Amino acid sequence: MKAKQETPLLFRKHRAEEWIGRIYTTFCVALLIVIIVSIVYFVASKGIATFAINGVSLSEFLFGQTWQPDSNKFGALPFIFGSFVTSLLAAVIASPLSVCAALFMTEITPNWGKKILQPVVELLAGIPSVVYGFIGLSVLVPFLRDIFPGQGLGVAAGSVVLSIMILPTITSIATDALSSLPRNLKEASYGLGATRWQTIAGVVLPTVLPSVLTGVVLGMARAFGEALAVQMVIGNAPHIPRSLFESASTLTSVITLNMSNTVMGSVQNNALWSMALILLLMTFVFVLIVRLLERRARI
Amino acid sequence: MSAKVKDRIATGVIIFFSALIIAVLVGMLAYILVRGISHIDWHFLTSEPETIKAGGGIGPALFNSIYLLVLTLIITIPLGIGAGIYMAEYAKEGRITASIRLIVEVLSSFPSIVVGLFGLLVLVNTFQFGFSVLSGALVLTIFNMPLMVRVTEQAFRSVPIEQKEAGLAMGLSHWKIITSILFPVALPAIITGTILAAGRIFGEAAALLFTAGMTTPKLDFTDWNPTSLHSPINPLRPAETLSVHIWKVNSEGLSPDAAQIAAGASAVLVIMVLLFNLLARWVGRLLYRKFTSIK
Repeated sequence: MKAKQETPLLFRKHRAEEWIGRIYTTFCVALLIVIIVSIVYFVASKGIATFAINGVSLSEFLFGQTWQPDSNKFGALPFIFGSFVTSLLAAVIASPLSVCAALFMTEITPNWGKKILQPVVELLAGIPSVVYGFIGLSVLVPFLRDIFPGQGLGVAAGSVVLSIMILPTITSIATDALSSLPRNLKEASYGLGATRWQTIAGVVLPTVLPSVLTGVVLGMARAFGEALAVQMVIGNAPHIPRSLFESASTLTSVITLNMSNTVMGSVQNNALWSMALILLLMTFVFVLIVRLLERRARI
Repeated sequence: MSAKVKDRIATGVIIFFSALIIAVLVGMLAYILVRGISHIDWHFLTSEPETIKAGGGIGPALFNSIYLLVLTLIITIPLGIGAGIYMAEYAKEGRITASIRLIVEVLSSFPSIVVGLFGLLVLVNTFQFGFSVLSGALVLTIFNMPLMVRVTEQAFRSVPIEQKEAGLAMGLSHWKIITSILFPVALPAIITGTILAAGRIFGEAAALLFTAGMTTPKLDFTDWNPTSLHSPINPLRPAETLSVHIWKVNSEGLSPDAAQIAAGASAVLVIMVLLFNLLARWVGRLLYRKFTSIK
């Protein structure tokens, strides 16, 4: 590296450079703040209009079970229920699989396990959601239709597709947590004569539990907000399903299907924005839970 | 049951589930490629889609996806790297930095459909950009910025402190150190991260339904006047991307070969994502080698 002789002396040039850098990078960060404030402001102002301007009651929207915009019934409970059920089920399916994959990579075969499973997990994360939807529609749905009662489209198909989509999120966070575990914890356990499983179940998993839960919550957040893949396989019926194989709807699938068919400013359109607002608020809830869990994990 | 038997069973279960995950990925890739590749030929890749007849292609959609990606990267890279540099070099630990970190985290976990709706309201309607490539690119910028910020910040933080100290010892200004010492060292990691993020943008669909639109005007590839509606490079024309096309064909496709088109287009999309992954690894290794061989 050649030192330029004149720079140390040119104090003013220094100042100018410093200011350009500071102003430019501060501008970029300020842009992030502007973006998030405006997203929250615009979505909230549209979402609240349903209740403030159109006079739909909040309790009807949150707990009403009939969605019939033509007869002025805006009960969104089936969609809220659908979103929660599918993302919870997806987390229930994906979590044990992810933890096993993470254990495989860190505890059982640290060398070639990582070489095989790591790229697999990265690829699963990279596959676009519409491709998951397409595979769900053309493989999973016919499969479910043949084995179980019903059309195949429904909560079960949605949850399975979502579980594969969130698997990489949980796996990578669990793997990070497992591989950053201090060695002596495990060595102490082995030294006492414990088997590998006793060490994993008694020492390793309890220690990394908060981090694994962080991964699960992040995965659920992703499942909750996922739109197109779910919309393709869930069947989109506007009522609360009575079984796993019955067609249902989620907040995202209703927005996807109806937003372009409604007129901006109409009650039905505003009700869709209220659903978007629910999605937005749930994101904040998920981030909050993740923050709390991370604080637990650090101690 | 003895501890040893339990250990065996647990190990077996863990190996079984790991194998299951590998099998799912291999099965999905095989399904997509086997079903899709037979449908891919030059005609499919270049011709116009059909709404009712069979034999439609994905030409415009493929072009739109690539064009949208390029436009997004042009907007995102300077902004994301700038904000990342701020977080790594200028931000002092405190309440403001903590809240910016929170903002980055929240932004990256917003559901894409909500960001798409925001784009519909603000870019398409209020700013009158209409359903256009530009609206799509700006909305994708919102997704990509947090990723770029994180990648840049990590890349800058992993530069050895001695490099920075050497620059300070020479009496360079902080900005000069950032641009001419730290940035070149951080560049391989930033490029790798950018390519991986590009793969993700390429497959994004939900946000584009409401911003880039679900249609494409008839494109005339001899018309390079950026203001004409039929010009491929006009940033203010609607543009249906490959992912949106797959979704549309699957949920409301009327043509008799809709399933094959979806399979072929999915295969193209997956192959592109695989290429992005390989490219990221290859470029990363190449740049790393080039960088380390200087010394």
